[in-house]
Amino acid sequence: MVEKAIAVTPAQAAASRLKQRYAAERRFKALGISAIVLALGFLALLLITILSNGLTAFVQTNIRVDVTLDAETLGVDPVKPSADALAAANYGQVIKNAMYKAFPTVESRPERRQLAALVSSGADVGLRKMLVANPSLLGSTQSVWLVADDDVDMAMKGHITRTAGAEGSRLTDAQLGWLDALEKKGDVAKKFNTALFTVGDSREPEQAGLWGAVVGSFFSLSITLLVCFPLGVATAVYLEEFAPKNRWTDLIEVNINNLAAVPSVVFGLLGLAIFLNFFGFPRSAPLVGGLVLALISLPTIIIAGRAAMKAVPPSIREAALGLGASKLQMVTDHVLPLSMPGILTGTILGMAHALGETAPLLMIGMVAFIVDIPASPLDPSAVLPVQVYLWADSPERAFVERTSAAIMVLLFFLGMMNVVAILLRKKFERRW
Amino acid sequence: MNAIPVTEPRLSKVSARDVNVYYGQKHALKHVDLDIRPNDVTALIGPSGCGKSTFLRCINRMNDLIDTAQVTGSLTLDGDDVYDKNIDVVQLRARVGMVFQKPNPFPKSIYDNVAYGPRIHGMARDQAELDEIVMGSLEKAGLLAEVKDRLEETGTGLSGGQQQRLCIARAIAVAPEVILMDEPCSALDPIATAKVEELIDELRENFTIVIVTHSMQQAARVSQRTAFFHLGELVEVGDTEQIFTNPQHPLTQGYITGRFG
Amino acid sequence: MSDHTVKSYDEELAHLTNIIARMGGMAEAQFASALQALSKRDSDLAARVVAGDTRVDELEHEVQQFTVRLLALRQPVASDLRHIVAALKIGSELERVADYAANVAKRSLVLNQLPPVKPVAAVLHLAHLVQEILKDILDAYIERDVEKAIRVWNRDEEVDDLYTGLFRELITYMMEDPRTITACTHLMFMAKNIERIGDHATNIAETLHFLVVGTPIKGERPKGNTVDTE
Repeated sequence: MVEKAIAVTPAQAAASRLKQRYAAERRFKALGISAIVLALGFLALLLITILSNGLTAFVQTNIRVDVTLDAETLGVDPVKPSADALAAANYGQVIKNAMYKAFPTVESRPERRQLAALVSSGADVGLRKMLVANPSLLGSTQSVWLVADDDVDMAMKGHITRTAGAEGSRLTDAQLGWLDALEKKGDVAKKFNTALFTVGDSREPEQAGLWGAVVGSFFSLSITLLVCFPLGVATAVYLEEFAPKNRWTDLIEVNINNLAAVPSVVFGLLGLAIFLNFFGFPRSAPLVGGLVLALISLPTIIIAGRAAMKAVPPSIREAALGLGASKLQMVTDHVLPLSMPGILTGTILGMAHALGETAPLLMIGMVAFIVDIPASPLDPSAVLPVQVYLWADSPERAFVERTSAAIMVLLFFLGMMNVVAILLRKKFERRW
Repeated sequence: MNAIPVTEPRLSKVSARDVNVYYGQKHALKHVDLDIRPNDVTALIGPSGCGKSTFLRCINRMNDLIDTAQVTGSLTLDGDDVYDKNIDVVQLRARVGMVFQKPNPFPKSIYDNVAYGPRIHGMARDQAELDEIVMGSLEKAGLLAEVKDRLEETGTGLSGGQQQRLCIARAIAVAPEVILMDEPCSALDPIATAKVEELIDELRENFTIVIVTHSMQQAARVSQRTAFFHLGELVEVGDTEQIFTNPQHPLTQGYITGRFG
Repeated sequence: MSDHTVKSYDEELAHLTNIIARMGGMAEAQFASALQALSKRDSDLAARVVAGDTRVDELEHEVQQFTVRLLALRQPVASDLRHIVAALKIGSELERVADYAANVAKRSLVLNQLPPVKPVAAVLHLAHLVQEILKDILDAYIERDVEKAIRVWNRDEEVDDLYTGLFRELITYMMEDPRTITACTHLMFMAKNIERIGDHATNIAETLHFLVVGTPIKGERPKGNTVDTE
């Protein structure tokens, strides 16, 4: 009749449940923390990779040469040269002469070609600018820093081997020797790569810049903003405040929500079919790019706008209507100002998204090789993400670092737009 | 059904005859005949869901905001049919102001809150006139002394009672003839409530006031006429003193003495 | 104490005090006139006192209606509630005081038909004491003076003693001269009425104490009246 002792008293059972609960909480917290660590880890990996690849692109090797701006070589009148003559003069030859003079022992034609090839083929542009700005320099000898060829740049940055006779070296042994000599004299230095931010695309990496793509992106986004902001806000206002609540408006709402999820390349096809084929807009122009991006961003703005307006409490609307405001006055005087932070945040995020869109722009042809900086939204241009794509595709070694640099610039702009969105939101946040 | 004979229409500010309200299929307000006397406070009392707020919102056509609401019968303001097709609802709401249960000042400055109504109705020709209207309304609402140094601060920074008085100031700034109040004190503490009740007492000199309240004690304190609603019907209406000392209808007696509802 | 936030409430309470004050004044005046009619054997005055009682009754109705209205519409609590309930009670006390004064006047009409008797002076002596007490308590009400009320409350013994003495005097007088029995009997009833006025004044004192302090007066009411219980 002996009763076995109860295995667990009620108090013990409660204590063990408590322990289990704490353990479960700890596990949950650990999971959360590890998820965050993993995500941050990948982010750090991405940033480190890009930075390590791209930072060097911001400097460019330059070679110092004594250049004689000799009128005869240039082919201009020594006394009174016309501006056109100065602009069209043969600066390339002047540079070659300077190089030959620096290394007088080099005599054979092939060797001389190699010597001249140390300097970038586009270095004459700098000289031209100098002389056109200051024609009095004609005839003088100036010590100038000229942009080096991309192979020299890669060698100096250590991406191509500098040991003579090694495999994979793009510089001949002679060139490597001349380079060492110049370096010993202190005539080789890395300077800030202004070309990256001032010129358009180029076949030669040392002459390639992002400015064309930046301007193209700017034009595209301006068009996008001009089109989709008024349209999006007006649509959101109509749907939220004025549209009758029936099956049709439900259908429209469902469709808008779905449009936000459509792959952007489809919008590119739409742009191709309608803007290019039907309306005949110029290919590769930011106008068309902007319009396509506007179509992509429109659902985002409409949805953000509606959500922001829904958040305005009905008591405010009733108060306005009760005072004798018409529905339109109620919307413009109260609902819109109060939902503007939400709308703006949504717009900026939509713009940031549009900045990084590549696929639809490829469809409408903004993938062409564009050298000139576009002067208007109707000129052909590239955009930043497309530029990244093009450079990633190029074979030259120097484009590798430039691709990463372009990505960094793109990320910078995206980051700035997000910061602006956060600041705006904080500034306009109100409590009811 | 009416226990008291109906007042002469010209003696009443707002007149309801056989007013019915339907929310879809639901018959929320049934055959209401009621007269609101000018420059008096009329209280509408009754248990939850009895239709008193529904009736109140018919007077300034706030029920129009509800899609399923349908109003039949005649509701007149100084003899003009409120639901007439030619009536401009915006103008109607300038003549009939409303104060809501939860104080809802705009998230703007105190000045702008009060100035909004006069601005949209073009009541002031210049800034000086607008200032006058705003100051006058704040004064009448008994709020000026407390806020005159901080008119630029947001209205939402005031205490609950002050916010409600701000809403009252905002409503009277458009110089309405009738002020509708939907449980204006239910979100306020006793002291703030007392201040609002004193304000209502002072306001009735210039305005006709209809107040819905779920506190019959408040109705007793504040009103001259009381109407008791039950399940959508108007059960009894009369002078407040008579309703609270000797109600005629057993339902009224039961509700007031707390025997049901 | 500061005013109510709702000013009309203060106005109503002041109105109530005002009616009571007027009633008190009227009751005092009626009593004084009745005594005057008695001492001067003035039948016209006595008749006017009798007629004037209806005005006091009207005021009492007004007090009743007004307090009911206040109770229904203001839901008074604490000191306001005590004020209103006190007004109701005091109103009814004062109405009784005025009634007794009218009774005295009525009896003096009869007395005036009979030859004057000596004990009238003693009755007037009792009456003047009661008049003093009545005035004191009405002053105390206006001033809300509890000390005065307690003093009035304690003086009831004095009234009762005087009444007992007067009772014996009247009996003695009647036994000495049986022709004065009619007059003296009337005087007996008058004395009783006057003593009752004193009792009502004491009641008002108790009510006033409750009004101001919030608790009833403690202790036995001092009773010197051994006559009615013997």
